[in-house]
Amino acid sequence: MSAELGTLGDLGDRDDRDGGVTLSIRSLRIDVVDTGHDIVDEVDLEIAAGEVLGLVGESGSGKTTVGLAVLGHARRGVRIASGTIEIGGRSVLDRSPRELRRLRGGQVSYVPQDPSTSLNPALRIRTQILEVLEHHGFGTTAADREARVLQVMEEVALPNTPDFLRRYPHQLSGGQQQRIGLAMAFACRPSVIVLDEPTTGLDVSTQAHVLTTVRDLCRAHGVAALYVTHDLAVVANLADRVAVMYAGRIVEQGTTRTIFESPQHPYTRHLTAAAPDISGTEAVVGLAGRAPAPGKRPVGCSFAPRCELATDECRESFPPVTSPAHAHQVRCFHAGGLAHLQRPAPVTLLRQGRDEVPALSIRHVDAAYTGHRVVHDVSFDVARGECVALVGESGSGKTTLSRSVGGLHREWTGEILLNGEAMARSARNRPTAQRLSIQYVFQNPYSSLHPRRTVGDSVARPLRVAGVSAAEATKAVHEMLERVSLTAAYAGRYPDQLSGGERQRVAIARALVSRPSVLVCDEVTSALDVLVQAAVVELLVGLQHDLGLSMLFVTHNLPLVRSLAQQVVVLADGRVVESGPTERVLGEPEQDYTRRLLADTPSISAASAG
Amino acid sequence: MTATTPTSTDPGSTPPVAAAPPGVLRTAWRMWRVRIGLLLLLLLAAVALGGPFVAPYGEAEFVGTPNTRDVEGTRFGTDYFGQDVLSRFLFGGRSILVLATLSTAMALVLGVTIGLVAAYNRGRLDDLLMRTMDVSLAFPQLLLALVALTTIGPKPWLIVLIVGFTTTPRIARITRGAAVPVVERDFVGAAEALGESRPRILWSELLPNVSGPLLVEANLRLTYSIGIIASLGFLGFSTRVNAADWGLMVNENRAALSVQPWGTVLPAIAIALLTIGTGLIADGLSRASAGIDRAKGDQ
Amino acid sequence: MGILKLVIRRLAFGVVTLFVVSLAVFILSQALPSDPARAVLGREATEENVAAFREKFGLDQSAVRQYTDWLGGLVSGDPGLSYSNGVPIMDFLGDRLKNSLFLMFAGSLISIPLSLAIGAYAALRRDKLFDNANSVSSLILAAMPEFVVGALLTVLLATNVWQIFPATVRVRPGEQPWSDIDGLVLPLLTLTLAVTPYVSRVVRASMIEVLESDYVEMARLKGLSERTVLWRHALPNAIGPTFQVIALNIAYMAGGVIVVEALFNYPGIGLALRDAVREVNLPVVQFLAMFISLIYVVSNLLADVGTILVTPRLRTRLS
Repeated sequence: MSAELGTLGDLGDRDDRDGGVTLSIRSLRIDVVDTGHDIVDEVDLEIAAGEVLGLVGESGSGKTTVGLAVLGHARRGVRIASGTIEIGGRSVLDRSPRELRRLRGGQVSYVPQDPSTSLNPALRIRTQILEVLEHHGFGTTAADREARVLQVMEEVALPNTPDFLRRYPHQLSGGQQQRIGLAMAFACRPSVIVLDEPTTGLDVSTQAHVLTTVRDLCRAHGVAALYVTHDLAVVANLADRVAVMYAGRIVEQGTTRTIFESPQHPYTRHLTAAAPDISGTEAVVGLAGRAPAPGKRPVGCSFAPRCELATDECRESFPPVTSPAHAHQVRCFHAGGLAHLQRPAPVTLLRQGRDEVPALSIRHVDAAYTGHRVVHDVSFDVARGECVALVGESGSGKTTLSRSVGGLHREWTGEILLNGEAMARSARNRPTAQRLSIQYVFQNPYSSLHPRRTVGDSVARPLRVAGVSAAEATKAVHEMLERVSLTAAYAGRYPDQLSGGERQRVAIARALVSRPSVLVCDEVTSALDVLVQAAVVELLVGLQHDLGLSMLFVTHNLPLVRSLAQQVVVLADGRVVESGPTERVLGEPEQDYTRRLLADTPSISAASAG
Repeated sequence: MTATTPTSTDPGSTPPVAAAPPGVLRTAWRMWRVRIGLLLLLLLAAVALGGPFVAPYGEAEFVGTPNTRDVEGTRFGTDYFGQDVLSRFLFGGRSILVLATLSTAMALVLGVTIGLVAAYNRGRLDDLLMRTMDVSLAFPQLLLALVALTTIGPKPWLIVLIVGFTTTPRIARITRGAAVPVVERDFVGAAEALGESRPRILWSELLPNVSGPLLVEANLRLTYSIGIIASLGFLGFSTRVNAADWGLMVNENRAALSVQPWGTVLPAIAIALLTIGTGLIADGLSRASAGIDRAKGDQ
Repeated sequence: MGILKLVIRRLAFGVVTLFVVSLAVFILSQALPSDPARAVLGREATEENVAAFREKFGLDQSAVRQYTDWLGGLVSGDPGLSYSNGVPIMDFLGDRLKNSLFLMFAGSLISIPLSLAIGAYAALRRDKLFDNANSVSSLILAAMPEFVVGALLTVLLATNVWQIFPATVRVRPGEQPWSDIDGLVLPLLTLTLAVTPYVSRVVRASMIEVLESDYVEMARLKGLSERTVLWRHALPNAIGPTFQVIALNIAYMAGGVIVVEALFNYPGIGLALRDAVREVNLPVVQFLAMFISLIYVVSNLLADVGTILVTPRLRTRLS
């Protein structure tokens, strides 16, 4: 072995760190019981006391499986096959069930992804916190434990009044529920904590508060934290070090700064280039393909099929760990070989023909949802060939408004004009030509395609409704599939044979096949992994340019907006707070609300620069 | 976890030959319980439908001393009235199977329609339809059938109507339950945005996506319809006077059970195997569709 | 106070249900194009006899008047006179009501705990031997109509194979149903075998849903003992569905009892109902139909209220 080779997680001379290594994982392999396929393999990690390690990966990469293994837990049908996990020098995996129980919730605790389903609906929150303390024999008396409940509530910044503690989980907000999750995890003062995407589904402001709490608690109590997430911006702001997972293996590991500033693995390069950044000024770069699932992984490097640098060597054997710098490990034969990906500058179209009739015009629209007004007097225009981003947090009314534009929501008043013509409330009452001229792409590609209809039939539907013959429709469908970077051969496939990114391309093809003038995109990337999201954004930018499309891009993802929108409309509580050119709104916001929103959104460049 | 969908790592390459997603039926067919169930169903249906053509005697023909096991020219002896047990048995399944199938078919048509309309329209119409269904569920099927038979008598059309009508709310509930999450899915929204007509949305967007649970329910309801119609026969309300009927046969011959068990045992086992057959198929289908749903939920 | 309001609302729904059921029963049995008097007396009856019959039983009144009279009678506890002997129904059905309620009560007492135990145990031992064996046998038993189960049991345990129990129940008028304990074994066994498989499958399914939930996984990850996980985290969430299951069980009993009584000659309402239908004894049929529906409605009502009381999410929404 050359001197450069070491194991991932080998921290070298890190003895200067306080507390030393608390959690150590070596050669961990977890596989499917029935088939023996590996879910994760050769995982090596070490976390010191007081340190936060961000474990980053796309869905299916095995990051949650690793997180649960730290507690000695494997889900149904999955088992920890080999390797060692040590906490404070003691093995986790050879413990008896009784010893394992003493460990869980005491020495090592877990914060789940979805607090709304992870808190027991039948128990008061006080009971749920107190029982952890009781089972782990915290303190010496019941009074000690009662006092600790009050204390830990304060630590997670929740009220600790008896009245609040008597509540049931469903009487709390999402952010409060997640804080209860943190309180349960920190109650026994653990030495290791595993956080599994704890801020997914929370608004940015709530997320910012939860993240601050996590950071402060880990620092203050010297807890070693494994933070599992897909969100690079969160990691950049929270973690001391980052480990990047791809197809069940850790491909790169290093300090947060190293990973974001000089990533060596091609996958990490792509990942950072695909992540939208609120304070950056560049657009995102996507990557085609998807990570292979367990059982379908190649012999060599799993990333080889998508990698620009792949050679026969990569396809034949799995690369060993190399250490290009101190405390930085990579698994790649060509580490550092891929130059920094050139991030393009965002498309900046000048508002052409301002005097022309706008493609879409929303005038004094009020909308209600089951009787409650959720949109108040909203007006804005989408000029021809322009992309307007409609941005807002959940509950801002952005989806109700976009569904009203698409004719899917009927409870609205005011005027929505398409190319100067007023549209009826419901799609059914609009003339066919108008219906085909404004098309809608839905958030979730897993639900927007009819599962029992082939891709070709789904894409052809708009044309068939318009009365186009089957033969002509087929031709147009094939053309459009090519246009969205699929092939005509996809026409015969069913949605469940496609990946999420491919499905969303099909949905876009369906929307564009009738050559609409306006495209409404409702959170179209929020169900997708970051590389796929970037690829879809690139596709939309290209289509907008080539076809002269006008777009209304609805999203809660503020950083993403810069990559494709020329104008931004910020919506809060159903009212337009601020609107204007993207550069101006994101760069020099005029309203407090927008400023706060921008401040709460984690930034990659700001974090790694600071 | 373990994705069963084919993975193409390079979207530029030609995808594999198109194949329909493995349907509920195909998955179910691989289960031994479905095969056994189908075998039982086919066997009993053959007996019930073909039996009258091969019966050695007429269905109400006197052949010898009543309640005797060994009567010359008979295989299973005579029943309480001196009729050939085997012939009665071969005649006695037809009306049960035909009436049960008809009433289940009728309930399917009505129930699916009501269920889909309720699921798609939500709001007041949904409330009204489902409340009506709830009320009609507050009534044992057999009891309602007995009430209706009281003045009119056990006419075949009445039995089909009553069993059909009382089965309808059960099917409607299942259909609605399965269709509500489908209505929420975006491809229905996509169809609405294209201005597709309501019947088309019900028929081609919703129906194909509730077929799994519906197949299960149809089989389950057929099972129970057979049970109810056989029970009516057992209680003495078979459709024709002194006609052979498996349910009625059990009742007629059970007094002489210790001397001549065949008259009771044959029809009882026939009904048991028939309902076990349809029950096995229903169970297999429900496992198959649950498995498929789970695979989908993995996404 | 919210709970009281809710109980009243459910109660009102129950009353409405019964009202609708009464309309359906009346229409189905009387207002269909048929003449009850003719049906009872036969084609040969003279016009005078028919007219006398109509007058005696109020059939000469308008349909609306007949309905309101009947409904009023039901509410005040007087379901009218029997066609066959002109005696007030309650006089000769009272004992039978008691006998049937006893049979249903005893059947529920056996089958409810049994279904809960089997269902919960199968869920805990999911995909193990007990679960698989129970899955197959319950599937087979649930599919068969009650009278087939009963008839096969009679062949097996009372006549041809073994002769352990009597094939029929002998309870003479005036005697209590439990005076023939041996005779009760087969009817109760049949009811239990007819009800338990289906209900235990429902219990198993809802128990598995709870055991697979995120909060049970979380409880394990908090290091709680299996006993605490089961008793504090899993079971309280499984109680709500259990009430529904018990109601279902009782509802099944109410239907199954008709056939089981006929099969074992048990002197209860099931046998009475069959005979009344045969004799076109409308007032008896109508009364028994309403009585069985009442059992249905009341058990559902209690189950709904019980579910709400034990489910915090439902309970707290009220206040």
